[in-house]
Amino acid sequence: MEHTLLILLLPFLSFLFLGLMDSKLSHRVSGLIGTTVLGVVAALSYYTAWQYFTADRLADGTFATLVPYNATWLPLGALHFDMGIMLDPISVMMLIVISTVSLMVHIYSFGYMHGERGFQRYYAFLSLFTMSMLGLVVATNIFQMYLFWELVGVSSYLLIGFYYTMPAAIAASKKAFIVTRFADMFFLVGILIFGYYTSSFSFDFAHPVYADGVTPFASVDTAKAVAAGGFILPTALVLMFIGGAGKSAMFPLHIWLPDAMEGPTPVSALIHAATMVVAGVYQIARMFPMWIAYAPEQMSIVVWIGVFTAFYAAAVACAQSDIKRVLAFSTISQIAFMMVALGVCMPGHEALIDNHASLGYMASMFHLFTHAMFKACLFLGAGCIIHAVHSNEMSTMGGLRKYMPITHITFLISCLAIAGIPPFSGFFSKDEILTACMHYSPICGWIMTGVAAMTAFYMFRLYYGIFWGTENKALHAAHTPHEAPWTMTLPLIILSLITITCGWAVNFGSFVSASGADYQIHLDPSIATTSVVIAVAAILVATWMYARESQPVAVDLKEKFPRLHRWAYKRFYMDEVYQYITHRIIFAHISTPIAWFDRHVIDGFFDFLAWGTHKLSEKIRGLQSGNVQWYAFVFLLGTILLYIIMVL
Amino acid sequence: MIQIEYILVLSAIMMFAGVFGFMTRKSTLAILLSIELMLNAANINFAVFNRMLYPQGHEGYFFAIFTIAIAAAESAIAIAIMINIYRQLKNIDVDELTKMKW
Repeated sequence: MEHTLLILLLPFLSFLFLGLMDSKLSHRVSGLIGTTVLGVVAALSYYTAWQYFTADRLADGTFATLVPYNATWLPLGALHFDMGIMLDPISVMMLIVISTVSLMVHIYSFGYMHGERGFQRYYAFLSLFTMSMLGLVVATNIFQMYLFWELVGVSSYLLIGFYYTMPAAIAASKKAFIVTRFADMFFLVGILIFGYYTSSFSFDFAHPVYADGVTPFASVDTAKAVAAGGFILPTALVLMFIGGAGKSAMFPLHIWLPDAMEGPTPVSALIHAATMVVAGVYQIARMFPMWIAYAPEQMSIVVWIGVFTAFYAAAVACAQSDIKRVLAFSTISQIAFMMVALGVCMPGHEALIDNHASLGYMASMFHLFTHAMFKACLFLGAGCIIHAVHSNEMSTMGGLRKYMPITHITFLISCLAIAGIPPFSGFFSKDEILTACMHYSPICGWIMTGVAAMTAFYMFRLYYGIFWGTENKALHAAHTPHEAPWTMTLPLIILSLITITCGWAVNFGSFVSASGADYQIHLDPSIATTSVVIAVAAILVATWMYARESQPVAVDLKEKFPRLHRWAYKRFYMDEVYQYITHRIIFAHISTPIAWFDRHVIDGFFDFLAWGTHKLSEKIRGLQSGNVQWYAFVFLLGTILLYIIMVL
Repeated sequence: MIQIEYILVLSAIMMFAGVFGFMTRKSTLAILLSIELMLNAANINFAVFNRMLYPQGHEGYFFAIFTIAIAAAESAIAIAIMINIYRQLKNIDVDELTKMKW
């Protein structure tokens, strides 16, 4: 497993090389370097995964947690910051997700970013992002995770603001950075509390890790933390969850994600749909043994924030007209599904629901995997469409199925997957989530089923709005939309093939489950039937409303409930609420007085010191006139005076 | 033999002529001359006290010779500086040389 270091090192070297050479390389060369490196990284990741999952299981049926590398980076007495690589089922699964989607995006960007200014910079940033994200998932300790967590934040910032000449892109990148930083502040506080009370940052609480017979980690001393106070570990975990909620765009910290769509579309696919935004889910999954052991009550926070976010984002997605915004809100909603699934994975329910106790964890990771694939496919498809019509607005589209057959088919497959129609992958993972929710509480389960129906509805509203519906004939006559080049359609085809097969071809539960043991996924017939019926019904409603040339029903509804539509379109005014809180309350009533105090009292005091010194020196500068003859005269007078004194 | 008082009076007159010149003249060259006057007044004192008080010793004479040597070196440097200043600024008036002042 020594080659795992290369998985991190290669993208980093590629980032340095591309970043330093920048415009000295041609577009083609820098793109080829970036893509080749990513190809190697993907191959290494697959090889790692193959080696890891084909190795023998341990006696208790779990896969061994491997630590090929672990070096002490900053020793601080007993507590130290390590850097290393840890392989366990979820990190290996994430390696596959990240390297696959990243490779697809690298290939796709050849076509999409063709001829863009800053093409080389774009590839350099993609490499930086890939390195950081891979580093995040293989972290051996929470502090290393935090470091890479911030690095993905930076690369996300750089890529959202890629079109830095556009004010909207700059504002969006700033917003994303500030909002996630605000959340990360809580994450850091959580990490520090955790490290302080348990004397370790490491992740060895899940399964004890041994390399050559000794553990490479300072073990997490939970007994000490519990002795210091029962509330400490839950507090630390909830603070970490706030950090994760910021990164994963949970309500009310979701406001940055829709704006992040200002970045290039492949970036949205890679960072803001498939990988970085699920870092929050991954973090909860990583800390999961701590959650169930020490903060089971606080899990309900995760559940209900997730449930609300899923519903809220789905409601907003129903009214958006910008296709990337619809996808952004659907991403928020789907990540909320994963969060809920983690939250409902509760111990102590074993007696009640036999094999389902650990279902949520597996379902969450499964959905993370399938969602990454089909959502990346949707975003890349949206990129093809934007490439063809040069706009994000649905009004410029309609009837595109004639012009873009490949994009149309792959988009439809992904839509069916996200809507939860068998045999596409989304059906299987969503079904597991709904089963887990139902067992947690029927209310939660039914809400999530409703949200799943909304998902099917808004995805098919989007699908019909793009490919069927009212065609913007004037625009299409002036500029006929065309199918994207093969570099762009190839990733779509690959991703949709994965989407078609990965639900039923492999048993995901064999690789990842809460206990680590082999878990056979089996469908709960009643829930599966219900969710399929509801999804099909939602799709039929969407078809009835949006598939035809004219949409009287949709227009009618919009006119009947103008306020509801307007509120949903404006995302329930969440941005305005933030604007109000930050500008009207924080800036006007806290920052302005503080700024006044700083400018007038602090600055004034130092200005006064400078002014006083200046004035005093004006007065006494005559003493140091530089006139040597005057000095000599004073000297002489002094001598005479001394003489007189001594004589007298 | 000349009385010691006469010589001391001469050296005192030279000394104060030098001091007066140092403080009142504006030309750096004149100031340099005044410094030479003061140094030589001191030299006279060295010589005269050696001769009158310690006729068997020579330390006073040696000091006088040292002073002359140092004064020569010092005036050589000072005049070199003045020439350079004059070339740059066409002026060696001590009040006017403010170019390097803040």
